[in-house]
Order: sequence, then C-alpha cells, then structure tokens
Amino acid sequence: MIHLLTADKQLTVPAASGRPKDQLWIPRHVLTELTGWHLESEGLCKGDVCTPLAAGAVEQDGDLVHASALWESLGRPVLHDSAATTWLLGEAAADRQRGLESLEAPDFTLPDIEGKLHSLSDFRGKKVFLSTWASW
Amino acid sequence: MWQKLYEELRDQNFMIIAVAMDSRGIDAVRGPIRRAKTTYTSLIDRNHLVAELYNMVNVPQAVWIDERGRIVRPTEVSGAAVAMNLSKVRKTRKIYCDAIRDWVKNGDHSAYVFDEEQSRARLPEFTEDIALAHANFHIGQFLWAAGEQAEASAFLKRAIELNPDSWNFYRQMKNLEHIFGSAGPDFMRRARRWRKEGKEYYPLPDMESMREVMD
Repeated sequence: MIHLLTADKQLTVPAASGRPKDQLWIPRHVLTELTGWHLESEGLCKGDVCTPLAAGAVEQDGDLVHASALWESLGRPVLHDSAATTWLLGEAAADRQRGLESLEAPDFTLPDIEGKLHSLSDFRGKKVFLSTWASW
Repeated sequence: MWQKLYEELRDQNFMIIAVAMDSRGIDAVRGPIRRAKTTYTSLIDRNHLVAELYNMVNVPQAVWIDERGRIVRPTEVSGAAVAMNLSKVRKTRKIYCDAIRDWVKNGDHSAYVFDEEQSRARLPEFTEDIALAHANFHIGQFLWAAGEQAEASAFLKRAIELNPDSWNFYRQMKNLEHIFGSAGPDFMRRARRWRKEGKEYYPLPDMESMREVMD
C-alpha cells in the first residue's frame, strides 16, 4: 500500500507492481479521486475546464498513469520517502502566487477539536478574521 | 484575547477562525481551547495548510476576508505588537481590535482595509523555494506522525533550509522533537542571529497609529 498526499487530500492505495521506485504509477480513477481531474483526449479536465497537455506529457499503460512525471511536467514538486511508499504531490509556486494575486481567499477544510470539519467557504456572507496560533 | 471581540461583533456578520498550526494534532490543543471557552471557530491544521495557502511564516499571523470571500488585508502579524513595554502592548492591542471593529462597521469604507492594488502590493512573494519547503514540511510531518522520525527529520530540515524565514517550520520541528523545544536555547540563538541580521521577528501590521505608538 502507498500513501498519496496532496495539499488537501490523503489516500492510501495499492502500489502498482513492477515500476521503478522513483516513479509513481496510479490508476486513472485514483488520479481523479486525488485531484478531481479527468484525463481526456483534450487534456486534464476538471468540470468544464481542460488544460491541454503536450504530446507525450502523460505516459499511460493500460489503466495506469505515470502521475509523478505528469505532476512534474506541470511545475509541481514531487517528493517521496526512501521506501517510495509515501508520495507528496505538491503545489506549484506560480499557482499559489496567482491564486493569492486574484485576492480570492483560498478555501480550506479543517477539523475542530471534536473532529468536525469546517470550511472557510462555510462563512461566505460574513467578514472573517482568520488568525493563526500554536500550542508551541 | 479574541473571545471578547467576537462576542461584541458576532451579530454583525462577523466570524473569527483561529487555526492552530499544530502538527501534534488535536491532542495538543484540545486542553487550551476548552479552557479558553471560545465560541468562535477553532480549527486544527497539522499540515500547516493555511500557512501554505496564505504564505505565512509565523504565529500569530492573520488575514482579513470580506463577505464575498475577498482578501482585504493580506497576511500580517495579528494583534498587539510585541514589546517589553506593557503599555505599548496594551495600546497596540486596542488599535488592532479597534481596526477590526471599524472594518465590521464600515466594510469597504474602513480606513483599515486595502484596495486591490494595495493588497497585491502587500502579498509576500510565493517563491519556488517556498513551494518546495511546504512540500518537504508536509511529507516530513506525515512521516513523523507515522513513526519514521529519522526520515521525517531530513524532510523537516530541508523545509527550514528552503524557507529560513519560516519560524513555523523551525519551531514546529523543535516542538515535535521535544514538547518544550520550540522555546529552548536553540530557538533563542536563532532569534538572536535574526536580530543581528536586522530582521524583525514580528514586523508591525501596516497601521499608522501602531507605528506611532512603537516609535
């Protein structure tokens, strides 16, 4: 089993067998579950929006996608532990910067102390003072 | 500190979301949150996601977000100025809270919110190194929680190297190593080096009245 981590999601899935340790190959439906993207002939699509991909940017083998190469081709960091059982698929600086420059407050979903999830977008319609702290 | 302000303003379409940047998780903050008896929204952020989204480097930092979900005051140190002079701390705390009151009352017409151009000019730059730092921190934090501390340390240290301005990364790592480690002699040494380099640990929020108190 391998752990897949993105900024806002975490999945544990069976590992694809027979692949080099530095390559993450996952089924298309797992890529979709992780990112919300569908791999179509037009490119990577989320809802109505498709990002075209350069020819050969996505290696596929049957149902499996070379996800780590795809991620890196989008300028996003990919990290994994030495056993290649935990993979971090990160966000590109350019996407984060552009997001903040739009001045649309990025949404997030986090638990309270009872474990109940809350999103920033739950409070649309109110002024929100978002402040951080730490027990340390 | 915020509970009183929240009680005062809650009926005017206002919410406080306090996010705990605590990789030790809910257990680390359940006690403090319960004891504080806060009624605003208190959330736990093990991965420091909010710090990544809003390009934050220390606690406490804050962002003001209006009813349409727009950033009207980008990431800044939140609340009172830190000073040895208690009177200055009290004065600056009042200034910051009064600014929030002014915003709740006057919305876009408040003197304390920025227009789009001003907000953009005040966004700290999200560099490639910062993106990579957050990626390293996230996997490091995950591996630490999974018991893989040696590997985790390597990722956490890399996060600190890539974003040395992030006190969050540094102090969180120290806290994972030892519950009181974030305020120990290593931290003091790092803070001293910081001051020698002329860097501010808590830069003042951009408010004229605050600058006047601190000058």
